[in-house]
Amino acid sequence: MPTDPAPMGAGAGPAGASMPVDPDAPSRVPLGRHVSSIVRERWDILAVIAAGGALGSAARYGAGVLWPHDPSEIAWSTLVVNVVGGFLLGLLMVFVNDVWPPHRYVRPFLGVGVLGGFTTFSTYMLDTHALLAAGRPPVALLYLLGTLVVGLVAVWLGILVGRGAAAVSRTRRARRDHREGAS
Amino acid sequence: MTLLLVLAGGVIGAPLRYLTDLLVQSRHDSLFPWGTFIVNVAGSLVLGSVLGAASTGALPPAAVTFVGTGICGALTTFSTFGFETVRLIEEGSISTATANAVGSLAAGLAAGSLGWFLVTALA
Repeated sequence: MPTDPAPMGAGAGPAGASMPVDPDAPSRVPLGRHVSSIVRERWDILAVIAAGGALGSAARYGAGVLWPHDPSEIAWSTLVVNVVGGFLLGLLMVFVNDVWPPHRYVRPFLGVGVLGGFTTFSTYMLDTHALLAAGRPPVALLYLLGTLVVGLVAVWLGILVGRGAAAVSRTRRARRDHREGAS
Repeated sequence: MTLLLVLAGGVIGAPLRYLTDLLVQSRHDSLFPWGTFIVNVAGSLVLGSVLGAASTGALPPAAVTFVGTGICGALTTFSTFGFETVRLIEEGSISTATANAVGSLAAGLAAGSLGWFLVTALA
């Protein structure tokens, strides 16, 4: 499983096939032309990411409206959004890589778009800044480190649950193939 | 109306993160996830500036919703940051994972606060 859920350059498999393998090569291409060639080759993927990003952002905004917080309090909606989004991304990456058949739009839409747009790093940082500005450094530290630790555990749990589900689906398929072969 | 601004911001922020990640990751071959690091720190700087400007009344709430909640929210990502960190740990690259986690939090918080203070000082 690749480390980066967003298809990256060299070594990212078919999605990254248009990127040069030599990491020094793209620096010889002017940045503007590089961007325009990506946009031309992957406009459909960018559109799918944009649609997913809009949906994910709207869901995050909705969570904030449903669960507002005072700047001097812990931003529970941001924390929950980031932890839930982390769990779902861990789960999704296992399904994309090991369970579902390869599909051009699943990872860009759900992973890069919806979950990337749903979770947020900037609000997490500015929530922490607001707690510091409100004169509550211990709460700021608790929020900062608490989100990190719970978020990382959630991603890891998502990966574990995904691997468990992948193992079950492999066993079922093997049993079915065995029965069909025997009959 | 507010929801439309969030949707429009998400339409811009998410593809911008993907493009930045592709460009940054194609320009180095280290294990460190620079692409996500850069969008998260840059997005925090912009959000800090936007919230700082709003606190002085220089920016209307609609601009905060569009640029802050929409663009910065979608440009930055916690899920990818967390996933990359967990994968680095699983691969045994503990020092890179630690550098990513500590570095992202320190640089992100510094960038967000810097944006806030610069804008409020100028206003």
